[in-house]
Amino acid sequence: MIDIPTLADQIAQAAADKTPLQLQGGGSKAFYGEAVEGTLLPLGEHRGIINYEPSELVITARAGTPLKEIEQLLEREGQMLGFEPPRFSDNATLGGTIACGLSGPRRPYAGAARDFVLGVTLMNGKGQLLKFGGQVMKNVAGYDLSRLMCGALGTLGVLLEISLKVIPKPQYEETRVIAADFTQMQHLLAEIGRKPFPVSATLLESNRLFIRLSGAQGGVAEASQHIGGDKLSDNDAPWLGVKEQQHDFFNQPKPLWRLSLPPMAPAVPASLFDGPTLIEWGGALRWLYSQQSDSLQQWAKANGGHAICFKNPLPGSPIFTPLPPALLALHQRLKARFDPAGILNPGRLYPDL
Amino acid sequence: MCDAQPIREQQLQRILTPLQRFMKAENIVTSVEALRAYECDAFTTMRQLPLLTLLPENIEQVQQIMRLCYQLDIPVVARGAGTGLTAGSMPVENGVLLSMTKFDQILEIDIANRTALIEPGVRNLAVTEAVAPYDLYFAPDPSSQLACSVGGNVAENAGGIHCLKYGLTVHNILALDVITIEGERLTLGGASLDAPGYDLTALLTGSEGLLGVIVGIRVKLLAKPASARVLLCGFASIENASHAIAQIISAGIIPAGLEMIDHTGINAIEELMHAGYPTDAAAVLICELDGSVDEVEDELARVILLLEALDATNIEISNSEAEKARIWAARKAAFPAMARLAPDNYIMDGTIPRRALAAVWQRINQLADEYQLLVVNVFHAGDGNMHPSILFDAMDADQRHRAEELGTRILELCIEVGGTISGEHGVGLEKINQMCLQFNHDELQQFHGVKAAFDAKNLLNPGKQIPTLARCAEFNGMHVHKGEIAFPDLERF
Ligand SMILES: Cc1cc2nc3c(=O)[nH]c(=O)nc-3n(C[C@H](O)[C@H](O)[C@H](O)COP(=O)(O)OP(=O)(O)OC[C@H]3O[C@@H](n4cnc5c(N)ncnc54)[C@H](O)[C@@H]3O)c2cc1C
Repeated sequence: MIDIPTLADQIAQAAADKTPLQLQGGGSKAFYGEAVEGTLLPLGEHRGIINYEPSELVITARAGTPLKEIEQLLEREGQMLGFEPPRFSDNATLGGTIACGLSGPRRPYAGAARDFVLGVTLMNGKGQLLKFGGQVMKNVAGYDLSRLMCGALGTLGVLLEISLKVIPKPQYEETRVIAADFTQMQHLLAEIGRKPFPVSATLLESNRLFIRLSGAQGGVAEASQHIGGDKLSDNDAPWLGVKEQQHDFFNQPKPLWRLSLPPMAPAVPASLFDGPTLIEWGGALRWLYSQQSDSLQQWAKANGGHAICFKNPLPGSPIFTPLPPALLALHQRLKARFDPAGILNPGRLYPDL
Repeated sequence: MCDAQPIREQQLQRILTPLQRFMKAENIVTSVEALRAYECDAFTTMRQLPLLTLLPENIEQVQQIMRLCYQLDIPVVARGAGTGLTAGSMPVENGVLLSMTKFDQILEIDIANRTALIEPGVRNLAVTEAVAPYDLYFAPDPSSQLACSVGGNVAENAGGIHCLKYGLTVHNILALDVITIEGERLTLGGASLDAPGYDLTALLTGSEGLLGVIVGIRVKLLAKPASARVLLCGFASIENASHAIAQIISAGIIPAGLEMIDHTGINAIEELMHAGYPTDAAAVLICELDGSVDEVEDELARVILLLEALDATNIEISNSEAEKARIWAARKAAFPAMARLAPDNYIMDGTIPRRALAAVWQRINQLADEYQLLVVNVFHAGDGNMHPSILFDAMDADQRHRAEELGTRILELCIEVGGTISGEHGVGLEKINQMCLQFNHDELQQFHGVKAAFDAKNLLNPGKQIPTLARCAEFNGMHVHKGEIAFPDLERF
């Protein structure tokens, strides 16, 4: 555990000296986001589960707690994290997961990391210890600053404790696989999306569409029958493959892009990327390799979404889609209110933030 | 007081001429009689006349109004349908009341992507009605859904009966179009499931009109479940009723709705609605289960076993849409039913961990006796969101004073067991003092910092939601009971 007064002194000192700090949980997502220069502030030792009562569907843990430890504990009680976060390594911590705001295959159907955050304890860039939200399901007292931390990449505060809502594990799961190209996938998923089927993940991989169904056995059977195709013998393989990026697709040492789009957005033009793609989230998440940073980001924006260079960026090109000037200015004003000296992970999200 | 009139006249003169250049005369309301309609929300014990009310018809007009007010340093309070319960849209003195009722169009229904783009003044229920032909619906369903606006839902992060399973407003919107106090238009979020930068969609949700005026909302639509059945049952004790809540959730079942009504509530509702609630029960539990047909039948069987083990009585299960509607209509009529018991109703909204339900419920009843006031509890039990309604007569100064104090005691109790002062109604002006109990000096200062990043001049709904540090110092100084400070271990001002 980290001694809180010591941390407060350390941050206050860094603020006084204007020396940037590089926040680090387990380092499992060090590749993600813009590069940061600064003194390493290791947070992984601030670990331990503080409170978990299965009947409350809430877990509270210190930010450095390994995600694996949390997931194993939940598993024993028949519960899980609804947003199925990627770990990328056993070192992944809860804090890093929330700071990156990444969610896995279940995201469109169960919700994103931000949807499960109930409360946080954080230290801002002035060394003040602050608590927002709580451990209850609904809380509208004051602004929702806990959710604001999700995906802020540590630029607004050092996460120290996090309370998450958890969900019961589905009673039964199976994965169907059917032959489909992109157009057929969109057509089928739009149709079943309007039906109350317990879809919990989808993946399109070279003309094979995988659909995971989770819930009561009867409901799953009904949906399976409608969808057709074959039942996959190893239900977990495709989902672990995309969640943890263990799928062969992710092995290439080229700029890997993550496009977040409306599910029915058209196929990314072939001229904008090289080789195969993987498509998750009912069409709303598309992975591909491309050297064309600007054109790809522009295309994604024009089609109602955005593009992130997830891994292996080309030097000098932006990782995240640039914000319009008024929105960037607002981000800067917000940042200044949490971290006036600009010492917390400066530049990790945007170079000017 | 004596100066109020001249200031009002002066302010009116400054603002009217420029306003008339871009607003139709009929959309500028200045007569005191007409302004009475805007002086309060559904929390009618707090009232204030605005300088004037404006009814913009399009986004450009909202931008122009904001620019003008920014330039003239005139405060702006946005108003949806005025069904808020915390004086959130109550005007501020000599400020503009910005009524969003003319923004009442559903601009786009995107069936394939299952979203809709709507204006903020659209009524909550109108969204679900418009998409019902496609077997879709908008999940947040506050009891006020016939009247309240989706803009108001976003500003309060409203919940409802079905938010236990389907989430609050924040979980059911994708993007917001917002006008800042400087008249700048910002698009937050997008048509995709996430957006670059900070999650400002989440930040704006529940910001009670203090950070920006919402002029457009992209909402998520869900597929209607194949089956939904409602179970109603009675309990002889509130302990067992509370245990039922915890046990259902522990069994891995997330009902679509899980509501509780106490004895007084049951009787008040029965008198008005004749829904067949068991009038001798200490509490009634309403549980809706939805999903595939099998799933619902399976869960229903499990829930019944569990309820029987807790000596539930009068178990009734809906067999048709009509029966389901009857059970819910009665629940949703709790507010008018209580209005028949007393002239005024001070609704609390504290939310607590489910494990504390029985203890807090009992303690509230004890406190009610102590303060000699009738408290009725009709609430979202599944997510621990208590709604103790303190019934009183505001004309009686002593009763009013007791009601306010009892309210504070109840909210303190909620904080004490690890809960919050508001689960869904917001803070507004009504609960502004109790914010001082939940947050310390630095936290409040951080809230003010966020406000300043959006609205440095403090012109948007000023004085609401986040108390000033001075106000808290005063409140915490006065707020001492039984000769003791309420929370000796909490930081003081
Ligand atoms: C009988 C009854 C039952 C209720 N049941 C529930 C319930 O089950 N769950 C629940 O959550 N609430 C409930 N409420 C409370 C209320 O209906 C909700 O808070 C609702 O979301 C308010 O919507 P409105 O349009 O009436 O907003 P208003 O009351 O007009 O305004 C509420 C707040 O939103 C701000 N605002 C409104 N529109 C905008 C905009 N376009 N841009 C920026 N700010 C804006 C206002 O400034 C104010 O702060 C109930 C109220 C009543 C009277």
